[in-house]
Amino acid sequence: MVTTARALDVAPAVGRGVAWAEALLIRLGAALAALAAGAVVMRAAGYDPWMAYREMAAGALGSWYAVEQTLVKAIPLALSGLGVSLAFTMGLWNIGAEGQLAVGALAAGWLALGAPGLPAWAMVPGMVALGAAGGAAWAAIPGVLRAAVGMNEILSTLMLNYVGLLWVDYLVFGHWADPTAFSFPYSRRFPDSAQLPPLMGAVHLGAVLALAAAVGLWLLLRHTAWGYEIRLIGTSPRAARYRGAPVARNVVAVMALSGALAGLAGVAEVGGVVHRLQQGISQGYGYAAIIIAWLARLHPWAVVLVAVLIAALLNGGFVIQTTGVPAAIASMLQALLLTFVLASEYVVRRHRRRRAVAAARAGLRAGP
Amino acid sequence: MTADQLVALLAAAVTAGTPLVLAGVGELLAERSGVLNLGVEGVMLVGAVVGFAAVVATAAPWLGVVAAVGAGALLGVGHAFLTVTLGAEQVTTGLALALFGTGLSAFVGKPFIGIPNPAPFRALAVPGLADVPVLGPIFFRQDALVYLSYMLPLVVWWWLVRTRPGLHLRACGENPEAADAMGVDVAAVRYGAVVAGAALAGLAGGYLSLAYTPAWTENMTGGLGWIAIALVVFATWHPGRLLAGAYLFGAVDVLGFRAQLLGVQASSIVLRMLPYLFTLTVLLVITALRQAAGMPGALGRPYFREE
Repeated sequence: MVTTARALDVAPAVGRGVAWAEALLIRLGAALAALAAGAVVMRAAGYDPWMAYREMAAGALGSWYAVEQTLVKAIPLALSGLGVSLAFTMGLWNIGAEGQLAVGALAAGWLALGAPGLPAWAMVPGMVALGAAGGAAWAAIPGVLRAAVGMNEILSTLMLNYVGLLWVDYLVFGHWADPTAFSFPYSRRFPDSAQLPPLMGAVHLGAVLALAAAVGLWLLLRHTAWGYEIRLIGTSPRAARYRGAPVARNVVAVMALSGALAGLAGVAEVGGVVHRLQQGISQGYGYAAIIIAWLARLHPWAVVLVAVLIAALLNGGFVIQTTGVPAAIASMLQALLLTFVLASEYVVRRHRRRRAVAAARAGLRAGP
Repeated sequence: MTADQLVALLAAAVTAGTPLVLAGVGELLAERSGVLNLGVEGVMLVGAVVGFAAVVATAAPWLGVVAAVGAGALLGVGHAFLTVTLGAEQVTTGLALALFGTGLSAFVGKPFIGIPNPAPFRALAVPGLADVPVLGPIFFRQDALVYLSYMLPLVVWWWLVRTRPGLHLRACGENPEAADAMGVDVAAVRYGAVVAGAALAGLAGGYLSLAYTPAWTENMTGGLGWIAIALVVFATWHPGRLLAGAYLFGAVDVLGFRAQLLGVQASSIVLRMLPYLFTLTVLLVITALRQAAGMPGALGRPYFREE
């Protein structure tokens, strides 16, 4: 198992100067290849891929209602994607956004169900604070284990996903169960004061949280000394240690902050959409967040943008179920997208390296 | 707990540990060749659904096994292509594979939800051995795939430690440059190990839908793939310890389901957290005590000859 801190090796994937246009083209090409591969799988499973893609596009973006639904889904995706990408920036494999989201939702639900009399002006900020704290605490456990004994955070964050989700199950089937929905995996409904205020149709205050988080993260990473330290530890842990950066303390702090963002995603879901705690509260958002962080190359603005695209994919997948194509097509396509982008980047990189080596050799032969 | 209950519990622990043995040994092979495969969970799910689909179509349990193994191997080729040929970052490609397998299995498996397995593997008593007190009911009244899983760690251990190709595989994981100098084709060995490892993960998934449950439900692995990866760390990359560890985890899993029958007053949901909390604790102890002893030196590191 890889136990050393390692940077996500994305920066050198495409040369720095030339190229974001090139990078964009490569990604578009990879995305098309992923769609083509998805079409092959659909055809093999007996579905009509052309119809499926058309219906998905219509379902995700074909009407105002569809666009609103897509944006609502983008909120938790962007928040947890930002959290994951912050950890990845420091070379920390936080794979636990799923569980952190669940615990964030749970902490917010604890306030909403425990103090239903609170007025909205106290309830909403309270839920936001508690949700962030819940996610942060859940992520701090693997952070501390990593910092104190060097325990691999991939496995610890994953195990805690299962525990976090089961904890939600425990409450929605137990103490918090809705007595009128006997044996259904729902908690009691939250009071009206616990609803995140709507901004535009179904889009709620969570959108502001997501955008603020993106701005905050961008400012943190690009314009503060701590952000510089985080990036330095990510790209070169040894150099960071020489400069005296407290790596262990940063591991805990960055994990906690990363988890806090995922926790906010949980608040957005319970406060903005479902208004109760329920089994499967996350719907895989925490795993999609990993894909989003990668596709966005860990850049906060890009995370928001990619989150909207992935939300469209998920929403399209949800809508398409009515035509008989399973919604899981969306999660399969996401993974294909990630795989093809990864493959394309490494092809490009190796090609460049070979070219550079060949050029250097030619230069050596030619002599000074 | 009576003696009979204990024996029944241990027999169930062996059954529950079997997918972990299969997937864990597969992951161990890949890792000892130097390639981490974090995609086990996804490969298991695909193995489970493809094996199940094959049995529904043919009603021949062994064809289900072949299909599960084949599906796993195919995904292994994909992972090997990305990590060995392209040299892509193994953690990320492994995660991509885990997510892909989860999505693909849910997509392909939709029509199979709620269908019973027409020809599940059933327990076969081994003549003679099955009547040995205590050991008989625990180990020798299981299904054929369990018997297969007994041999697997032994064969792999012998092959790794006592044969020349096994030595070559270990060399690729410890020091690919040296292996290359010995004349070993590092890329070919790693392809072989990754594909074999993924084939075993496919079989582990197949075990769930062909023998253990036996049916298909979405995400039916419930984290077993990740526990199998943790098990390799727990076993410090040794097949024998992996076998013991798998049964230990199997016992914890079974305890979670049976504690209430044994009179323990706890919520079944809380008890289901046990395997994950146990994994977490065990990993913590192992890491704190031994700092990854036994980890192949070149694990996770791509190797290219021209560099």
